[in-house]
Amino acid sequence: MADVLACLLHRDLLLALRNRSDVGTALLFFIIVTTLFPLGIGAEPALLRAIAPGVIWVAALLSSLLSLGRLFAADHADGTLEQMLLGAAPLGAVVAAKAFAHWLVSGLPLVVIAPLIALQYDLPSSLYGALALSLLLGTPVLSLIGAIGAALTLGLRGGGVLLALLVLPLYVPVLIMGAGGVEMAAAGMGAQGHLLLLGAMLVGAAVFAPWAIAAALRIATE
Amino acid sequence: MFRGLSFALARGEALRVAGANGRGKTSLLRILCGLLVPTAGEVQWKGERIRELREEYSRQVVYLGHAPAVKDDLTAAENLAIACRIAGAPQSPAEIQRALERVEVPAGAHLKKLSQGQRRRAALARLALSPSAPLWLLDEPLAALDARAARLIEALIAEHVAGGGLVIYTTHQDARIQGKVIDLDG
Repeated sequence: MADVLACLLHRDLLLALRNRSDVGTALLFFIIVTTLFPLGIGAEPALLRAIAPGVIWVAALLSSLLSLGRLFAADHADGTLEQMLLGAAPLGAVVAAKAFAHWLVSGLPLVVIAPLIALQYDLPSSLYGALALSLLLGTPVLSLIGAIGAALTLGLRGGGVLLALLVLPLYVPVLIMGAGGVEMAAAGMGAQGHLLLLGAMLVGAAVFAPWAIAAALRIATE
Repeated sequence: MFRGLSFALARGEALRVAGANGRGKTSLLRILCGLLVPTAGEVQWKGERIRELREEYSRQVVYLGHAPAVKDDLTAAENLAIACRIAGAPQSPAEIQRALERVEVPAGAHLKKLSQGQRRRAALARLALSPSAPLWLLDEPLAALDARAARLIEALIAEHVAGGGLVIYTTHQDARIQGKVIDLDG
């Protein structure tokens, strides 16, 4: 089973590499949205520092959402998803591999670039670690929860809007813990509690989301 | 869609599912491979219900739907290697190369640069690597193929049947495959 999952991961990364525009779109969206706020609000350092965690997290959340629509759509349209349903590896493991590939392509770049974005908000360098760590723990949860929505809306007309309506409310706890952790660190109270809760969410999502995604895909392909 | 449908297939038999558009040929194949659950009735493999056999049954089936299940951004060889691995039957690069040569598709070509018929052949090359899977379920395997390519695929199917395999297929074209016919029109 491990070689099938490694193959799927390799395939999704190879496809992402050969369709760089898909990867670049989400990253560029994140950069543009986070850049618009300082331009619109003005160069007031205290205000920018205060809004930075929330803005960066909301942008990360929307950026993740942007690429979710394609998570299963192409495989569904070209028949690959049917082969996965009939394949040697359990569907739950297959979708976990796909969600991981989605995170590597759309979530990990945000973690890497977030400290650079934080420069625009005059965020103290001591908070970069908390910001990056919160995104490192939170963005995989976004990919896993988002994949449930992507599976449920697969093949539906207007699925993109429905996906956003379905998934965004589910993102709220991740947003609160992610942004809240950085705010706590900024207030000198430490981000540990929020980060631990984000870690717990990640474990919970990693355990339960794949089976929910698999069930949703089976319904969508019937 | 259809009712009262009953048939059995023995080793070395081919079955053509005939019928007009919308009569349920694709649905029948999807039921047979386990992707769809029939509203009534059951599918059995060697006397056991496929829903109980699950993965054990899936390992013995090759299902090729009307969608080719290939990626335009991958080469023919990459597509075939990945398809075999997903199915749990990994193949060596040499075997992949031989299978693609058999259906006359360049192994290193990206599928987006190939014609519709060549893309279809690249997907069907999996048949050349699946003689050990006893049951082939093929939805319109000859669609988009020219006469020469259709003969190549028919030869693969004939070899499989001659070797004791089972093939259930749909087609709107004149196929030179000997076997039973079931007509969903009536």
